[in-house]
Amino acid sequence: MSNKVLMQGNQAVAEAALVAGVKVVAGYPITPSTEVIELLSRKLPAHGGRFIQMEDEIASIGAIIGASAAGKKAMTATSGPGFSLMQELLGYAAMVEIPIVIYNAQRVGPSTGGATKPQQGDIMQTKWGSHGESPRIALCPSRVEEAYKLTITAFNLSEKYMVPVVILADEILAHIRESITIPEPNSFEIINRRTDAPPQEEYLPYKVDHTGIPILPPLGGGYRYNISGMIHGDKGVPNLAPETIDYCIRRINNKLKKYYNDIVMIEKMEEEGSKIAVLAYGSTARPAKGAVRMAIENGIKVDFIRPITIWPFPEREVREIARRVDKILVPEMNFEGQVVGLVRQSIEGAAEVIQFNKISGLPMYAEEIYHQILKIDRGEK
Amino acid sequence: MSKLDKYLRLDQFPHFACSGCGHGITLSSMVRAIDKLGLDQNTTIMVCAIGCAGRLPVYLNFPSIRTPHGRALTVATGIKLADPKLKVIVFMGDGDAAAIGGNHLIHAARRNIDITAIIAINEIYGMTGGQYAPTTQPGHLASTAPFGMIEPPMDICKLVEAAGATFVARGDIYHVVELEKLMLKAISHKGFSVVEALTNCPTQFGRRNKNSKPSEMIKNIKEMTITKKQAEQLSKEELEHILLRGILVDKERPEYIEEYDRITNFKEEVSLK
Repeated sequence: MSNKVLMQGNQAVAEAALVAGVKVVAGYPITPSTEVIELLSRKLPAHGGRFIQMEDEIASIGAIIGASAAGKKAMTATSGPGFSLMQELLGYAAMVEIPIVIYNAQRVGPSTGGATKPQQGDIMQTKWGSHGESPRIALCPSRVEEAYKLTITAFNLSEKYMVPVVILADEILAHIRESITIPEPNSFEIINRRTDAPPQEEYLPYKVDHTGIPILPPLGGGYRYNISGMIHGDKGVPNLAPETIDYCIRRINNKLKKYYNDIVMIEKMEEEGSKIAVLAYGSTARPAKGAVRMAIENGIKVDFIRPITIWPFPEREVREIARRVDKILVPEMNFEGQVVGLVRQSIEGAAEVIQFNKISGLPMYAEEIYHQILKIDRGEK
Repeated sequence: MSKLDKYLRLDQFPHFACSGCGHGITLSSMVRAIDKLGLDQNTTIMVCAIGCAGRLPVYLNFPSIRTPHGRALTVATGIKLADPKLKVIVFMGDGDAAAIGGNHLIHAARRNIDITAIIAINEIYGMTGGQYAPTTQPGHLASTAPFGMIEPPMDICKLVEAAGATFVARGDIYHVVELEKLMLKAISHKGFSVVEALTNCPTQFGRRNKNSKPSEMIKNIKEMTITKKQAEQLSKEELEHILLRGILVDKERPEYIEEYDRITNFKEEVSLK
């Protein structure tokens, strides 16, 4: 039996985190994400967990990394300015392969920007915000119900691949209230990190088997290994030998390449004979889908593709669309376009890519996107 | 084989510390204190970050986690939230604890979370080549204070006392038996405990300040502090230029996680009204 309720985006993330088994939440207040930590501070104790409000966002992500290293599922919630502060330890979590989940409700930037206005401005920061090259998964929900489900997916992927996962929402989704259907909690598959480590005498923390994923038992659980953000080989202790640097960086990044098919999710609608496709994500995907429907009703065939996983970027799926159509329209709530560059990179000229950007703090409207489709159809763009 | 060898990751030796460095004395004082307390090696977690002091716990045979610069206390806080039964010891240098990690130090002290912070003070950033620290004394030279330090040094003990730490002690590597006792008391204390350990850096500090002979530096450190009892004989003016040694604060206050668990001891979700 499933349950129909009216729920806010932030609330859906908090409720789903509990279903996923979150036990430690550390956060710092920031609009438009604050309801997540408010709700979890209230609800965690009854679920056997603990909440703490830390002194800043750096401390918040530090605390959830510590909690996860001690074996508990842990998350934080933030928005752009806080997410910027977290970059240092986001790279660290990826490097030491401690699973964490970060919810980022994107708001208008740069700097303080606008706390209550949406933007899709953190796509690049999510992947490239910390120094060096390290893996992370980012999921972009576009509806409240999807935010609920993807929060559980975020924990599952994080535990499975020992990698930080970012739930990349935006202010619209964070604050919108929708009637959603919640499946029974036990209908979700809940994945926990591996615990089948060999005995301590044979154990090396970063020595991986065929899966490529390390097994890191909880600190205090009987294994005496070292976790370090320095380049490390199998032993987990600092080692700057050229072959170790090469191995370490390749291994942590190749995890996501190896499991691309399991991690990358998209939604698409294809029309026979389309010459145009619209690619949109997050809150922009809803008006984009509306615009595609308007076009089809008016006799213009248009494909629609929505990356649900934004990192790793669904380049194979986008390339496939590019082979079908001549032009791809990418509407985004930002100034220069962020995902549009990833589209161009993925398809290597297989179709013409046209961007449409809006940065007023207002949502994208279906009519605006439809107008762009019309222009493309008439050959004006 | 020493009876303390079991606390070392012997396969990681030789260590990186310079000859004459006082960090080894600080670290061994801590290890002896842990041995005397009979702590379980599997459930005593070493947390550290960056710098010479920050790298040392990697040589110890405990579960260990080494974080980015200044963040050790944040990670330690998360470990305690996940599993309060664990003994968590954070080993830091002065720059790690009081400069880049200063905010975390204040708030860990304020919460009185059950963590022991051991802070090695040598007035210098050794690992990066001798830059000045928040503890560098006026007039001392550093690679980034080539004309002498003009910022007043931070008194970390006073800072954490004011912030709410319930155990604060200062020791040094000359009074090594005392240092071990202070660490033993700190580690067995319930709440946020801090031991400041004055130590030497012959390579980066001594060399620049015309005194790089380790034994001479250790003698100087001996002259930097007096006990509380000795302080009774001195005037207020005389006390301004000398540091107190020994236990400076030892009091009881509810520990953060015990308090959290006490007020959240319910099995059902609380109504959101």
